[in-house]
Amino acid sequence: MFAYYFNLALRSLGRNPALTTLMVIAIGFGVAASMITYSVFRAVSGNPIPDKSSRLFTPQIDSWGPRQNLQGEPPEALDYVDAMALMRAHAAKRQTLLYPVSLPALPDGNGSLPIRATGYAVYGDFFPMFEVPFRYGNGWDAGQDNARAEVVVLSEEFNRKQFGGANSVGREIEIGGHEYRIVGVAQHWNPLPRFFSLFGESGFGESADFYIPFTRALDLQVYTNGNNSCRGKVNDTSGWDNYLHSNCVWINPWVELDNAADVAHYRSFLEGYAADQQRSGRFAWAPNVRLRNVTQWLEYQKVVPPESRISLLVSMGFLAICLVNTIGLLLAKFLRRAGEIGVRRALGASRREIYMQFLMEAAVVGLAGGVLGLLLTATGVSGVGLLFKPQIARLAHVDFTLVALTLALAVLATVLAAFYPTWRAAQVQPAWHLKTN
Amino acid sequence: MTLHPILAALRRHKAGVVLIALQIALTLAIVCNAIFIIGQRVQRIQRPTGMDENNLFMVTQLWVGAPTGDDRASIDKLDAMLRTDVATLRNLPDVESASTVNSLPLINSSWVNGVGLKPKQEHSTASAAFYFGDEQMLHTMGLQLVAGRAFTSADTQNRGFRDKDDPSIIIVTKALADKLFPKGDAVGKSVYLSDNTSPATIVGVVARLQVPSVQSWAKEFVWYSVLEPVRLDATFSRYLVRAKPGRLDAAMKSARAALFAANPMRVIDDSAEQNGIRTFADLRANAYKADRGMAILMSVICVILLAVTGAGIVGLTSFWVGQRHKQIGVRRALGARKIDILRYFQTENLLIAGGGAIGGIILAVGLNLWLIQRYEMDRMPVLYVLAGVAVVLALGQAAVFAPARRAANVPPVVATRTV
Repeated sequence: MFAYYFNLALRSLGRNPALTTLMVIAIGFGVAASMITYSVFRAVSGNPIPDKSSRLFTPQIDSWGPRQNLQGEPPEALDYVDAMALMRAHAAKRQTLLYPVSLPALPDGNGSLPIRATGYAVYGDFFPMFEVPFRYGNGWDAGQDNARAEVVVLSEEFNRKQFGGANSVGREIEIGGHEYRIVGVAQHWNPLPRFFSLFGESGFGESADFYIPFTRALDLQVYTNGNNSCRGKVNDTSGWDNYLHSNCVWINPWVELDNAADVAHYRSFLEGYAADQQRSGRFAWAPNVRLRNVTQWLEYQKVVPPESRISLLVSMGFLAICLVNTIGLLLAKFLRRAGEIGVRRALGASRREIYMQFLMEAAVVGLAGGVLGLLLTATGVSGVGLLFKPQIARLAHVDFTLVALTLALAVLATVLAAFYPTWRAAQVQPAWHLKTN
Repeated sequence: MTLHPILAALRRHKAGVVLIALQIALTLAIVCNAIFIIGQRVQRIQRPTGMDENNLFMVTQLWVGAPTGDDRASIDKLDAMLRTDVATLRNLPDVESASTVNSLPLINSSWVNGVGLKPKQEHSTASAAFYFGDEQMLHTMGLQLVAGRAFTSADTQNRGFRDKDDPSIIIVTKALADKLFPKGDAVGKSVYLSDNTSPATIVGVVARLQVPSVQSWAKEFVWYSVLEPVRLDATFSRYLVRAKPGRLDAAMKSARAALFAANPMRVIDDSAEQNGIRTFADLRANAYKADRGMAILMSVICVILLAVTGAGIVGLTSFWVGQRHKQIGVRRALGARKIDILRYFQTENLLIAGGGAIGGIILAVGLNLWLIQRYEMDRMPVLYVLAGVAVVLALGQAAVFAPARRAANVPPVVATRTV
């Protein structure tokens, strides 16, 4: 029966090639537009660390005060004083501070030109917290944090560039004019959006080249390559020490909290800390703190570019119009065959069979539209670079899910659109049509 | 011709009528908003920065092994290297002028501070972006001085990147001058930058200079810029270079070689994506890439959308013409002229499209309001909606013309035939 209806559908569609083409094109374009923008949206709105996104939190403390803060919200990073206080208190299972750095790097003196390398100054907890996979060696431990050790973890890509991909653990590399001992080489690791460092970074960069101890970076007075925002009571920020003790925020803090009790505990710790600061006179305002997990943080930071949301929205509208169009055309097509339906019904076909026949026809149109949509999507995804910045465009790609989704969307949408016309077709009164014709 | 028969006929095709009207309404809503977005983006992309952008390029570089301290000796060393670089660039045969800069319009690397009329003002009068450069900055940028004077070499100071002592003289943009001193007498007046207790005197006013950020957080002060005659000494530096007319490529090539010849201990990126030496035209294209892409996407969607809607109307009307074949024949036999049949279908379409357009106006405004709420979009002027209505009505008439003419060509003799 299936094959028979399929055959009938092909015949019927072949009878009005213009109308059929029109429907296929409308569905193809509608589906392609939705899928292209969806591929970008999927890329930018993904969860960068799915299994831990609800257990990693970034604390915020209002050190600017109600007059200068972000309309009631505390600054989006910490100043040095608060950041160090959180580290000393160690109220979470794992915790790290981090900030982006950009330094010239020289692989062990082979006389080549230095290159610019970007990385992060982090604590040893960074690696287990964010589940950084290692190819060679390991991260460093709290002892090395405290010893302000000159150790470095390289990314796989940077290791390939500098050491040809060999196991470089134990070798030295000069970064920013100082020698570091390589203790680990991470496997390819670039969670996107890069949730942990959004202060002054887009969240969609290439993976970092290296990671050095936060404490060491402070000793070497390495300034942040991300944002540095000074508000509130701005003291003299000239010189490193003045800068550290100013109101300038530039440090991203992250803590790992395993369950609701830990979260509640940490939140009350933050409140308590801010209250202490108020009592000591450093803050002249009531505690104003936040504790957001990865998902909430990405949402709050509006990481998904507005272009992506708006274009997804417009494409959805576009698809809706294409479907309305298809409903209209199918209605015209089906009702034109009222006579044929009348005959079939009179010969004993049940309403169910009519449904089957016409929904099948719609499914064929949908499938053809899906195939066209697939071709257009493939073309469109490669042209996404026109619309988005390269680091975002690079993320959009056609994979099996997208192909399956495109075809499924096309067929489903068309069949759904066909329900009303089919219902109308099934309502045809056989007697009436047999009489007049 | 009365509308009565048309309305009576439409009542028998409720589904088709509703579908066409719905499609027109949705099309109108999306097309109006899309065209509005396109218009806004195009306006944004085309706004001039205030600089003479031709023949400009920027060099970004990072020192290797340079002192990183904040002490005087380190800063003096960095400043000497900076001056050597600028002199090297100025000596190139293809270069007209060069200056150190901390940032440029459209490159999204901002130094933003408050400007007030009193010391330690609680809320600054305005936020502004700060540009630091030497005495050739104005000339190299190609800014138009509308009052006062430019910086001289005697004005130029240098300081470490983190130091906060601002110079005693500044130049501001006209927009900022008017905001601070609405009477238009800004030159010679004193203002207080950030939290400084000592004032800075405005010595000149330039017509226009955009801030570095094109992002939404900077939209309150897009034209508020302050120029300071200061070389900032840091472990990285930026130079703005104006090539002699037509010599841009040659100047860019020789700049890289000359800088490395002067001092090889530096990094100037040369990858395609992050080139350390880029024309300003390139920087501009990069800054507005998303806006340009958005405008293109919206235009493509509008065109396809109108085509799909038009095709849908052709399809449904053709079906109706086929269905009413016999009735048309009867009308013709009873004396209706061809033009009457044509008018019938066109009026019918106008009624449906008009109904759809009314729904579409509501949808369009609703969509706009929603976008304002969710995406900080601006309010759409009524003109866009009216233009959209005109477009969909015209589209309907154009789409209905072919089937209507086919209907008009139905011969009266059809009335005499059965089936």
